[in-house]
Amino acid sequence: MTQRYSLFSLIRNAFSYHENWQKAWRQPEPKAEYDAIIVGGGGHGLATAYYLAKEHKMTNIAVIERGWLGGGNTGRNTTIVRSNYLWDQSALLYEHALKLWEGLSQELNYNVMFSQRGVMNLAHNQHDLRELSRRINANRLNGIDSELLTAQQVKDFCPAIDLRGNGRYPVLGASLQRRGGTARHDAVAWGYARGADALGVDIIQNCPVEGFEIEGGRVTGVRTARGLIKAKKVGLVAAGHSTVLATLAGFQLPLISLPLQALVSEPVKPCVPCVVMSNAVHAYISQSDKGELVIGAGVDHYIGYGQRGSIHVQEETLAAICELFPMFRRMRMLRNWGGIVDVCPDASPIISKTPVEGMFINCGWGTGGFKATPGSGNVFAHTIATGEPHPLNAAFTLDRFVSGFLIDEHGAAAVAH
Amino acid sequence: MLLIPCPYCGERAEIEFSYGGEAHIARPTEPDKLSDAEWAKYVYWRANTKGVFAERWMHAQGCRRWFNVIRDTVSYQILASYEAGTQPPAVERKTYV
Repeated sequence: MTQRYSLFSLIRNAFSYHENWQKAWRQPEPKAEYDAIIVGGGGHGLATAYYLAKEHKMTNIAVIERGWLGGGNTGRNTTIVRSNYLWDQSALLYEHALKLWEGLSQELNYNVMFSQRGVMNLAHNQHDLRELSRRINANRLNGIDSELLTAQQVKDFCPAIDLRGNGRYPVLGASLQRRGGTARHDAVAWGYARGADALGVDIIQNCPVEGFEIEGGRVTGVRTARGLIKAKKVGLVAAGHSTVLATLAGFQLPLISLPLQALVSEPVKPCVPCVVMSNAVHAYISQSDKGELVIGAGVDHYIGYGQRGSIHVQEETLAAICELFPMFRRMRMLRNWGGIVDVCPDASPIISKTPVEGMFINCGWGTGGFKATPGSGNVFAHTIATGEPHPLNAAFTLDRFVSGFLIDEHGAAAVAH
Repeated sequence: MLLIPCPYCGERAEIEFSYGGEAHIARPTEPDKLSDAEWAKYVYWRANTKGVFAERWMHAQGCRRWFNVIRDTVSYQILASYEAGTQPPAVERKTYV
């Protein structure tokens, strides 16, 4: 029985110097067979397992992860959550996720520190402004809150922005989604892991996949470093390593894996009250609850699995940040890192069946998967449990690259690629 | 930052180059006979190798010529560079899982 976290449990455990807290999840040995296996223990994979167990009553399942939970892109993103995407299909999918975010801490009994502080997307020229207006109108037609701010309203909402007009990147306006914001990325992985574990899901870490057992075009098991584990259904949720797994299973994907970087500064007092994103100059910034400025940089434009990026990419981003926020010119950056993002030709995800019967894939989130974590897990769980896509992910198939029905979200994806 | 050996100009910094993705993808000789699936394969499906990979680069701020590079996509070590339209030199084909 998993302990409930509450004020009372906090007080009770204080009497024993917090030494008797239950482990948040078990460390089980893998069983010989499961009903379903999720490959990839990041936010999306753990959310998939959680909703499979909770909504589809599939509790004899396992999540296998090559490293530690949330050690890939879940722990490497800039934690921004929003749903202001242009096309109906993506807007509805991301809005589904945002609605789940709004009740997630209560649902999981785990504080994911979801903070709806507002997300601004800046416009630096007339074209940006027209594109933003178009996106805002599209959002409002889909029932998503989105508003257009004038330059003065931008200044009022985020006073640190330099609006004197002499800068290289003048701010003419912005779109604002007030329900957008940030969440604590690790807590999302841990909360879902704890929730899934409480429902009986086995979470197996340090267990890299070495191959798949496929008989007559049907998957029957997963070969791992800890032996063969049988399963009739397998869900692949491996972000930048999706194509590596697909190659092991004998099919190809239209993805490329690129290193995407982020940085954090030294912690300072509260000074950025919202999330500021600028697609055109490729910089986005928010402030964590610890006070660090969290800055998202761009992708390296070549295929790389190195989890590090080129210095000139950071340089360009920091130059843009200093131009927009001159007060940060003397801030020192403490850490930088890279994550391997799997980019689709249309910058939209793939949540789909695969050419292998019983095998499903959730990939291609590219530079913006974190915001979709709850929604992605929710619809992917439906896809695995029923064998058919949920209405919200019916358009995000692998077949769309053959039919030509692409969902081009390059404009809303924030990171230019 | 990568130091990329342009076969025409020698080693230069990565910022002088632009990237062209997977090398040696042949343009269809009879495009009107291709099915949708074959078109999709030609336009979208890419190897995305984790390991030694042949890719195209263009020396945008130099000679502006396209050429091919063989690079390890994990260590980022560049093993060879050669002119476009020529066969790749023999290198050890390492892949990672």
